[in-house]
Amino acid sequence: MTAPVSIQAISQTYGTARALDAVSLDIAAGEFIVLLGPSGCGKTTLLTLIGGFAEPTAGRILIGGRDMAGIAPKDRPTTTVFQDYALFPHMTLADNVAFGLRMRGMARPARMDRAAEILALVGLEGRGNRRPHELSGGQRQRVALARALAVEPDVLLLDEPLGALDLKLRRQMQDELKAIQRRVGTTFIHVTHDQEEAMAIADRIVVMNAGRIEDAAPPAEVYLRPKSLFTASFMGEVNLIPVQGGQSPLGPLVTGNGTLMIRPEAIGVTDGPADTLPLGPARLIDVTFFGTYQRARLAPLAAPGMTLTAHLPQSATLAPGTEMALFASAHSFLEATP
Amino acid sequence: MTLATRERRLGWGLMAPALAWTLAFFVLPFAAMVALSFAHMDGRSIVRGFDPGNYIRFFTDWTLFKALVNSLEITAVVTVVSLVLAYPLAAIIAFRVPARWQRLALLLAVLPFWTSYVVRSYSWLLVLGQNGVVNKALLWAGVIAEPLALSASRTATVIGFVHFFVMLLTLTIYANLIQLSPNYARAAQDLGAGRIATFWHVILPLTLPGVVTGAFLTFVLCIGDYITPQILGGNTELTLPQLIMLQLGRSGNFPLASALSVVLMAVVTLAYAASARWLRLDRL
Amino acid sequence: MRVLIWAYMAAAYAFIFLPVLVLVVFSFQDGRLPVPPFQGFTLRWYGSVLGNAKLMSALGNSLLVAVVSSSLALILGFLAAHALARVRLPGSVLLRGLLIAPMTVSYLIIALGLLTVFNQTGVRLSLWTAGIGHVVINLPLCFAITYAAMGDQQRSAERAARDLGASDWQVLVHVSAPMLAPALAAAFFLSVTFSWDEFIIAFLLTRFDVTLPVEIWSMLRSGLSPATNAVGALVFLVSTALVVVLELTLFRKAKP
Repeated sequence: MTAPVSIQAISQTYGTARALDAVSLDIAAGEFIVLLGPSGCGKTTLLTLIGGFAEPTAGRILIGGRDMAGIAPKDRPTTTVFQDYALFPHMTLADNVAFGLRMRGMARPARMDRAAEILALVGLEGRGNRRPHELSGGQRQRVALARALAVEPDVLLLDEPLGALDLKLRRQMQDELKAIQRRVGTTFIHVTHDQEEAMAIADRIVVMNAGRIEDAAPPAEVYLRPKSLFTASFMGEVNLIPVQGGQSPLGPLVTGNGTLMIRPEAIGVTDGPADTLPLGPARLIDVTFFGTYQRARLAPLAAPGMTLTAHLPQSATLAPGTEMALFASAHSFLEATP
Repeated sequence: MTLATRERRLGWGLMAPALAWTLAFFVLPFAAMVALSFAHMDGRSIVRGFDPGNYIRFFTDWTLFKALVNSLEITAVVTVVSLVLAYPLAAIIAFRVPARWQRLALLLAVLPFWTSYVVRSYSWLLVLGQNGVVNKALLWAGVIAEPLALSASRTATVIGFVHFFVMLLTLTIYANLIQLSPNYARAAQDLGAGRIATFWHVILPLTLPGVVTGAFLTFVLCIGDYITPQILGGNTELTLPQLIMLQLGRSGNFPLASALSVVLMAVVTLAYAASARWLRLDRL
Repeated sequence: MRVLIWAYMAAAYAFIFLPVLVLVVFSFQDGRLPVPPFQGFTLRWYGSVLGNAKLMSALGNSLLVAVVSSSLALILGFLAAHALARVRLPGSVLLRGLLIAPMTVSYLIIALGLLTVFNQTGVRLSLWTAGIGHVVINLPLCFAITYAAMGDQQRSAERAARDLGASDWQVLVHVSAPMLAPALAAAFFLSVTFSWDEFIIAFLLTRFDVTLPVEIWSMLRSGLSPATNAVGALVFLVSTALVVVLELTLFRKAKP
């Protein structure tokens, strides 16, 4: 089951602190949305409001076109996968997964069958009799997911569900999460502060900062053509070059007033097609080997106080002090200054 | 000397004073008491030996055995009533009182702890006595015509105990409730549980270890207490500790007192065995 | 539902406060009996209590026994906890059980056991013998509280100190004890409270010099009197003041 979600001018204040400031967002049925931002940006608050664990100070939330004002969590078509999983330690995995069905009055044999089915979906078939404390972190995460999916919600809310897992397992679970979402077709709203995780799973990334939405677009767009300087920096390392009246410290590069944003991997030492931007000569300060690339820090000759970061090919022979001409194969421009 | 040997020697060195104290002033006296319980009195002098007569007397003499029955009945009622009264109070403080007021609410709930234990029982005498506050108020209101015999009875003992243990259990149950992740209750509600279902299926089972620990503590302190029944219970019936003190005082019958103490100890041990599965004594 | 909840809370607090309230109100009774009706306000019972030499010396005895026995229990408990938390000793579960055991035994039994031994060995009863009993009941408490407070962080800090050249005693004094200060303080004040208020051990193990609860007990034998109320009210006020001060200073800082 699935449903669209419409968030309309939601604000939330705690005392004088404003956690959310008139946030609006439309989410399509079956979409995998990731709310991304640093801690304290309001992403978890927004999730809490959708789940019904708090009432917004202002604004409306519609799920499947129905206004959720005054509707308790238990009556909402949403379920949550909590950050600490909140698995009931005194129940078996099967009882955990079947809990929601039990509350809906489903008879024991039927709900146990269903629980076994869902546990199989998340890769835990035949383990229904175990208890949460016998499981690894990744397995607990799967049970929490299974429990939330068992009641066939329209919208699944995930509060940093992979945050407690180590990196390798996290990458693996991302793929599984994505696959499961494709299979069940439920709308997923997933909160994280890890931009790689966001890009790996999201249909659309919603970047949040200080209680506002900075950007909302598919991963490639958020990364390559960010709508704000905050998004540009948050999505990964970036070179920000101020431009004033078509003039930058590196000479005339683009017209207008604002900031030129170039990702390190877009900077190279070879000229390319017509839209390649020549950045002029620079001196190599130092270089670090990173496996798939070499991270070079360079000082442009035109502006020796400035440092550019470039990801140069693994095979390049680089010696500090060398001068080289730099080119940007891709860039974006924003009418905003840092 | 290897590092491990040195470490171990240091460990025993640090351990030794506490261990010696516990052996000398707890284990040894207890052993001496058990040994004494098999002695008997000849006139006013103690005759040592291995004589189970004190135990036989306890289990066959109804006037003695009745004290154990009284103690068990009172303790059972006190434990159950205190739990039933304290749990809602702890839950209200933990879930309904705003976070910044909770510490104050808790501090107030246990404030009478800070008066002397002896005086606390005594003040219930002022409340429940023939001319006490309750009787005077009820007479004045015309609810009763004659003063109720509230004090000097088992009811008074139970009220005095319940007062103390409600405070104690509110503390322990609150400590348990507050360390539960709020996400447990949220998860239950999220999955469709109402308030009562959330409590019954999730909160209560999760706090059971704390409840059992509190109940055990109540049991141990209540069944071993001399003051409350002595002040509030009157002379109509004796509890086991009262009987023990009676042996010490009037007749100087230390062997019988020791045997009764061993019985008391055995009852507590049984209670411990019954609740050991859930007990978390190290996490009080 | 909401009304019911607050009504329950109010009733519970009324029940909890009723005896203390009655105690304090009738300590000001201008009459012989501390029961209704209230005959007028007087401070003379407080005067007679403060002028009662036996009560005042019992108060001093209580303080002495409480502070000395709690200090000893704290030191013994801390050292033992440190040993068990740091060194892997054989039978450590058993040792822990043995140290905790007195917590599950009625005070009456502990007192009777000690009395038996003291009688047999001819040790004369005094404040010292009562103090010994109080160490027995407070040692498990101090041990358990400090042991629970010793976590991994504590262990790493101690390791770091030794790595930097501190001797075992220097580690104990400069690292372990200061890091555990809140737990040690909590254990100490809890012990003082228990010892201060303990009756049965003090009753059975003292003879001529007695502690305050024992002295109050003997006052009770002469029946109801506003003087007893005054003693109780004084103890209550002083303890409450102490708790409030501690709450505002020590434990406020201990909170995260």
